[in-house]
Amino acid sequence: MSLTRQQIVKVSLLARLRLQDDELDRMTHQLDQVVSYMDLLAEVDTEDAEPMAHAVEQTNVFAEDHVLPSLDRESALSNAPKRDEQCYRVPAVLGD
Amino acid sequence: MSIHDLTATELIRRLESGDLSSVEVVQAFLKRIEQGDGRVRAFVRVEANRALSAAERIDQRRRGGESVGRLGGLPVAVKDVICTEGQATTCASKMLQRFTPPYDATVIRRLKQADAILIGKTNMDEFAMGGTTESSALATTCNPWDLARVPGGSSGGAAACLAAGMVPLSIGSDTGGSIRQPASFCGVNGLKPTYGRVSRFGLIAFASSLDQIGPLARNAEDLALLLEVLAGHDPSDSTSANVPVPEYSRLVSQPLDGLTLGVVREHFGEGLDSQVQEAVREALRVYESLGATVKDISLPHSRYAIATYYIIACCEASSNLARYDGVHYGYRTDETAMLADLAAEQRALTSRGDSPLLDDLDSPLVRMYRQTRSEGFGAEVKRRIMLGTYALSHGYYDAYYVKALKVRRLIRNDFDAAFREVDLIAGPVAPTPAYRLGEKTEDPLAMYLGDLYTVSANLAGICALSVPCGLNGQGMPIGLQLQGPLLDEQRLLRAARMYQTVTDWHTRRPEGF
Amino acid sequence: MSDPSYEIVIGLEVHVQLQTATKLFCRCSTRFGAPPNTQTCPVCIGLPGSLPVMNRQAFELALKTAVALNCEIPAFTKWDRKQYYYPDLPKGYQISQFDLPMSQHGYLEISDAKGAFAPKRVGILRAHLEEDAGKSMHDELAGKADSRIDLNRTGTPLLEIVSQPDMRSPEEARAYLTELKLLLTYLGVSDCNMQEGSLRVDANINLHVATPQGTVATPIVEVKNMNSFRAVERAMAFEATRQFDVWNDTRISLGAPGGHKTTRGWDEQAQVTRPQRQKEESSDYRYFPDPDLAPVIVTDQQLDAVRASLGELPAALRDRLQTERGIDAYDADVIVNQGRAFVDYFSELADIGGDAKRASNWMQQDVLRVLNERDLTIELFPISPASLAELLKTVQRGELDTSRARDVFNVMAESGDSAAQAMQRLGIQAVHRDELRDLCRELLDANPNVVADVQSGKEKAIGALIGQAKRRNPNANPNQVRQLCLELIRQQGSAQE
Ligand SMILES: [Zn+2]
Repeated sequence: MSLTRQQIVKVSLLARLRLQDDELDRMTHQLDQVVSYMDLLAEVDTEDAEPMAHAVEQTNVFAEDHVLPSLDRESALSNAPKRDEQCYRVPAVLGD
Repeated sequence: MSIHDLTATELIRRLESGDLSSVEVVQAFLKRIEQGDGRVRAFVRVEANRALSAAERIDQRRRGGESVGRLGGLPVAVKDVICTEGQATTCASKMLQRFTPPYDATVIRRLKQADAILIGKTNMDEFAMGGTTESSALATTCNPWDLARVPGGSSGGAAACLAAGMVPLSIGSDTGGSIRQPASFCGVNGLKPTYGRVSRFGLIAFASSLDQIGPLARNAEDLALLLEVLAGHDPSDSTSANVPVPEYSRLVSQPLDGLTLGVVREHFGEGLDSQVQEAVREALRVYESLGATVKDISLPHSRYAIATYYIIACCEASSNLARYDGVHYGYRTDETAMLADLAAEQRALTSRGDSPLLDDLDSPLVRMYRQTRSEGFGAEVKRRIMLGTYALSHGYYDAYYVKALKVRRLIRNDFDAAFREVDLIAGPVAPTPAYRLGEKTEDPLAMYLGDLYTVSANLAGICALSVPCGLNGQGMPIGLQLQGPLLDEQRLLRAARMYQTVTDWHTRRPEGF
Repeated sequence: MSDPSYEIVIGLEVHVQLQTATKLFCRCSTRFGAPPNTQTCPVCIGLPGSLPVMNRQAFELALKTAVALNCEIPAFTKWDRKQYYYPDLPKGYQISQFDLPMSQHGYLEISDAKGAFAPKRVGILRAHLEEDAGKSMHDELAGKADSRIDLNRTGTPLLEIVSQPDMRSPEEARAYLTELKLLLTYLGVSDCNMQEGSLRVDANINLHVATPQGTVATPIVEVKNMNSFRAVERAMAFEATRQFDVWNDTRISLGAPGGHKTTRGWDEQAQVTRPQRQKEESSDYRYFPDPDLAPVIVTDQQLDAVRASLGELPAALRDRLQTERGIDAYDADVIVNQGRAFVDYFSELADIGGDAKRASNWMQQDVLRVLNERDLTIELFPISPASLAELLKTVQRGELDTSRARDVFNVMAESGDSAAQAMQRLGIQAVHRDELRDLCRELLDANPNVVADVQSGKEKAIGALIGQAKRRNPNANPNQVRQLCLELIRQQGSAQE
């Protein structure tokens, strides 16, 4: 498959990145190369292969429902780039 | 022998016997850092005062007859991808330059329980993405063997500080070779444990199903010692293996009888540097001289490992790095400037009457996200986020992500079959020794292809290590990789130690350090 | 009521918060109403390096619900990341379930005791476990264009229950929600408090319009922001009419150009739905299996244990009350719909009092009235079943008339007194039959004209005696006075002959 600049523009919005024109060109070129290389996998017969999402199979890992102390608010908010006494602050969440 | 030439095992012996105090040890290494790190730049932060006062406390406890942990008073360097409470943890990214975790990673808690002294945080590729440490937003780390060359990556700082004698022990993380490759480039030892052997809680995720924390050290014994401290079940990590941890430090000195080493046919093809090949072959001859059998084996799907690895790693990374959006922590773009730009764009589009583009114009929130992430991440991180986002997006998911998961299964099956025939698999760590700074930065694909020997272990979840096995004509170190079955770290360590009893590559030090 | 030229098609998506002490993936408390950002930790803030661990209780509550909803429970289930950017979603993804949910293909039976629609099964497409997001608040007071984010709710366990589009009227939609809520409260898996957001409803609605060319489906509309079951009912009714108008104007059908799914919000104030803007790209959620979480395997033994633990569910209970207690379908429905504790109260009352029909009437009229007036639950109702049974027996024996008994009941409810104490407080004494007979005899002797009237067929004349009896003894039961007097007159008559 070949990647187009238009696709890169679309993906950059999905990924919440904002690429300048020259970055877009470079990204299109580089990713196209990498993606073309990855098309190599198409030749592998994976008919009977179960997808392997985890490196080591584990099942039924649970924690018990007992409350442990939360962070105090000040340490929870201490890394926030913008905040007030109680909350994180962001540019208005509108419409969506 | 000066303090910084001693192995961790030897230093602990002397600390325990009272020959050395922890303060002396820490001071000696701090001095090494002061003398050498201006050239190497392995550390992003050195915690001299904290380390010294911790050392004093350990000495006091020892003098008072109190029991002290396994690493009592020994300095350890920590890759800056592991969270340390109250101390900046940056992932070598502008995004996290001002991030101070309110909690310790499980491995940090274990190190503290073992009374290790956390001497500083080491440089790395940004978010552990890279093989040279050049993508760090904070500094460029140099290889102590040749300052014009890369230390490897992503745990470049972790390997370089060890090679330069600035610490006796170092902690790295390995997603596709990030411990083993810099260990080989810097002439030190590095081990990637089995997935789940060491808790990932507090390890800032690059690719969650591939990431593992592991030790770097001067020899196999020291690796065993440090792994014993790091390893163990952690209820805070759902993927942590709930199995007992062997006493590696005791087991490591037991040689393996009748060891069978597999040599992967596919690993000795095109692209492998002839001097690396020769050093690896020579190491195999050493093993034969120790009574081991070397057997030719095949991992038929190994040629697909790179493609498989980069699809899975980038997909997971695109998701893991979505949290860096400038809302709850980390970098945020200058909002005033951002809003002014956005308003200007809106005016321009309105006056042009371009309503489709006007409709597509980001909301202030979306623009804040996009601007923040574009400024906070470096080029390699953005490439991988883009690649992963694309591969997971509608219409491509099956062709890339699911396909890669299936090939991953076949790669694992290859290893399962191989380990029915051989005890361990031996081969190169990287196709070449360390290359020059700047040599590969503009060709991502070429850089990715350099990981062909290391990524399979991460895909399969198995354990693997790198030990020094030679120097090339230019005096650059070469590494031998040993790969072992799931949870069989002890066998890897014993095999490495056997080799080191009859060779001295691991004792070589770079000139000038 | 509905226009016969179209059929309404409704499917509902319900999110319920499961009643756990801690969040789905961390051990922060789920308590409602704490000050902002005081119930968070590295995991639920999504701090770098933090990892989720599944809450066992949350999974078990979800499993219980799924079994009660007659769902198939696959042996293997896993967790996926649903990716989108929103400030109250700190990881940039929600941990949810995509292609292998923990349960699917169940059903819930609904009916209307008054017969507004025929009983039916509403299919459950799937029910899956996921984490809640935090809260975004727009800060108008500060006059700034900022939103404020509170992450206390982030990570609270939610069960998303998606129905099939099986409901055919707003009334059915409401009945489904009522029955679902009842089931969830019987199971004790959620408090279903809509005000606190522990039960949230989104609806998908369209019409099947009969045309000469056959049945045509109109575009599907997702309706959000409905804050009560009544709001759901009204929003569905509004949408049906609106969609039919739009159809008549445009003739745009589902899937035709302009016939894609849209989203609207219910405006409670104006009682209308309004369009909500949805960005196209936001629908590419890029689901993939969460590598940080282990899949879960559910065994048959585990399912058997869950089934055994369910207890009697509303549908079975309604049947049992009718067959065992002999009350009718409507009464059984009203009682069961008040919840398990109400049914338990009723059963105890009927057992001690010995008259299920009377117990049912009193509970529906008097007990419910007090509960509603005082905004109480039956658990906090001040009269014990034994005390109330005592009162009802007095009524049953004819020692107290219903209106006097109601006075006694009110005093009991107010003061927590026993029936006897309350009667004493009111100066009421149950009048014994012999005592009353003597009183009647005296009155008849004193009023021979009344006796004569009755003997000549004018039974109404007794009325004059009832008033006198009441004046002589306020506790005299009028019915009993009437009966006794008639009895005595008849005896007198037969003695004379
Ligand atoms: Zn939490």
